[in-house]
Amino acid sequence: METLANLGDGFLIALTWQNLLLALMGCFLGTVMGALPGLGPSNGVAILIPLAFTLGLGATPSLILLTSVYYGAMYGGRISSILLNIPGDEPAMMTCLDGHPMAKKGMAGEALSLSGIASFVGAFLATWGLIALAPQLVKIALLFGPAEYFALFALAFMTLGGVSSTNQAKSAFAAALGLGLAMIGVDTQTGVPRFTFGEVHLYDGLDFLVAIVGLFALSEVFIFLENRHGGSDATSGKLKIGRLTPPMSMIKETTPTMLRTSFLGFIAGVLPGAGASLGSFISYSMEKRLVDKDNTFGTGDPRGVAAPEAGNNAAAGGALVPMLALGVPGSGTTAVLLAVLLSLNITPGPLLFTQNPDVVWGLIAALFIANFMLLAMNIPMVGLFTRLLLIPPRVLMPIVAMVSFVGIYGISGSSFDLMVMIGFGIMGWVLRKLDVPLVPIILGTLLGNSMENNLRRAITIDNGNWWTLIDSPLSIALWAIALIGFVLPLIVGARVKARMHARRDEEGSIAD
Amino acid sequence: MSDRIFGIFGVLLAIGFAAAALTIEESFLSDAVGPKGFPLIIAVVLGLSSAVIALKPDPEPIWPALPRLVEVIAAIVVMILYAQLLPEIGFVFATAFAASYLSWRLGSAIIGAVLTGVGTSVGIYVIFHLVLGLSLARGPLGF
Repeated sequence: METLANLGDGFLIALTWQNLLLALMGCFLGTVMGALPGLGPSNGVAILIPLAFTLGLGATPSLILLTSVYYGAMYGGRISSILLNIPGDEPAMMTCLDGHPMAKKGMAGEALSLSGIASFVGAFLATWGLIALAPQLVKIALLFGPAEYFALFALAFMTLGGVSSTNQAKSAFAAALGLGLAMIGVDTQTGVPRFTFGEVHLYDGLDFLVAIVGLFALSEVFIFLENRHGGSDATSGKLKIGRLTPPMSMIKETTPTMLRTSFLGFIAGVLPGAGASLGSFISYSMEKRLVDKDNTFGTGDPRGVAAPEAGNNAAAGGALVPMLALGVPGSGTTAVLLAVLLSLNITPGPLLFTQNPDVVWGLIAALFIANFMLLAMNIPMVGLFTRLLLIPPRVLMPIVAMVSFVGIYGISGSSFDLMVMIGFGIMGWVLRKLDVPLVPIILGTLLGNSMENNLRRAITIDNGNWWTLIDSPLSIALWAIALIGFVLPLIVGARVKARMHARRDEEGSIAD
Repeated sequence: MSDRIFGIFGVLLAIGFAAAALTIEESFLSDAVGPKGFPLIIAVVLGLSSAVIALKPDPEPIWPALPRLVEVIAAIVVMILYAQLLPEIGFVFATAFAASYLSWRLGSAIIGAVLTGVGTSVGIYVIFHLVLGLSLARGPLGF
């Protein structure tokens, strides 16, 4: 009951003209970014953060804008999967398998609208899941002391590579690099400068927004330059849509699939180190095993379109649970959203629910509203988005680069930050070439300082006794999960990854 | 080979990081761990993971051929110039120039590239500065 009252308050906050307009804008931009190959959810949100920030939006409006972009990108990714057989972002990879064959059979319109409905079902149910699960997780998190938080951060880093990671050494390298970068600046507890090499600009530490935009957006520009991939993948001849509503029989046939995969995707989203890509992957594989009796999956089966779309959108909602309740994101895009919260001086975690309930519930209400907007936008207006696919990267990429520069310059007005951003762009490009994941770097720069503070607090409380870190059953359990999460991919990782990436792998390192 | 070089670089980075951590001046009012402890833990993780990367390299990544590499480096140089010249010549000119260059190198014809560049620059200026009120770098002409 209390939850419903809170939700009602949330709707009062979300239902202002400004917030509705921001949600609408976010949904539109998000769908566009999701649809365009080369701009994924994490990229899209990353570019927009500095803008939301410099526009002086408050906490709730900024979050509404950016999570709408996040949900929108999850919807948009399917458009190019279905029409061009090129996933618009990584979680939409599995949608290619049946979506494109459907389009080839002349059922592109049906595939698009069905996947729109599946996305809606997944995201809608996941938002309810978020409401149900997050407060419970908060209750557990309130039992956490500094030692448990330190273990939780370690868990986040050790599982972030995910079960699909093949090289845990590279994930560990990325996490350590990110943590190391976070150490730059004046130590918060004793006030001594660290790793600044006398550079006054570095005393405040590196701005993680600069790191995020450089690593994600600029490195993408370099990848396109390297491949000189300037032409559009779409040709207008291919984009025949047809009818824009799926027949009732098709909806009826796919309903059980959508419900099952929404549940599965949500769980995948909540678990650390899984995220939307894995959500859509296991949804598709489970459905294939469960209902594919005539071997129609892969040849344009509507259930094969509904399964991954419901799964990935549900996972997107699920990934918000640990981010909001614990302050520890489990995926790339939620890591970027955490950056938003931190730069607005809001610390996510259990206290967020008691101290800033307006932010939490306003955001959740906005997610519901955004969902309905996206459904409305994605069915009748899908033709508009398909036309946007015709924008070639040689026009798009300069815009991405310039908007990134504008956003960062807008925050600080210093050329020094732009140089740092270029440095991160180069680093991102090299690391992507070497198959080093970028998300742990971001997470490291975001969480490094609070991880260190919790470590120091825990040990200071116990008079310098380091064993205090594994002193409670809760922290032992967290360390155990962390170890399993780190070791498991060494055993099964190669197999899962090979199956997930059997088709193509372009955006692996910035994957959600 | 790339991974071996990368791993060795990582080990050197870890050693450098540890060395820099050891030179941090301790304040006389310090907690039980102090400002050096956590950076040293990070240096150990960084070093160990780099050593593993060097000892067990992945298959060689596909590096671009020399002309493509020059392309990327040239773009980096243009971006650095952009960052330095932005406060000098103002947002609109600098952005038009940089965006035209990028568009040209991504395969637009010269005229198309210039149109893209000018369009991007003026578009961002109108939307972000005139409509949304974001402060952009001012050049001698005031924009």
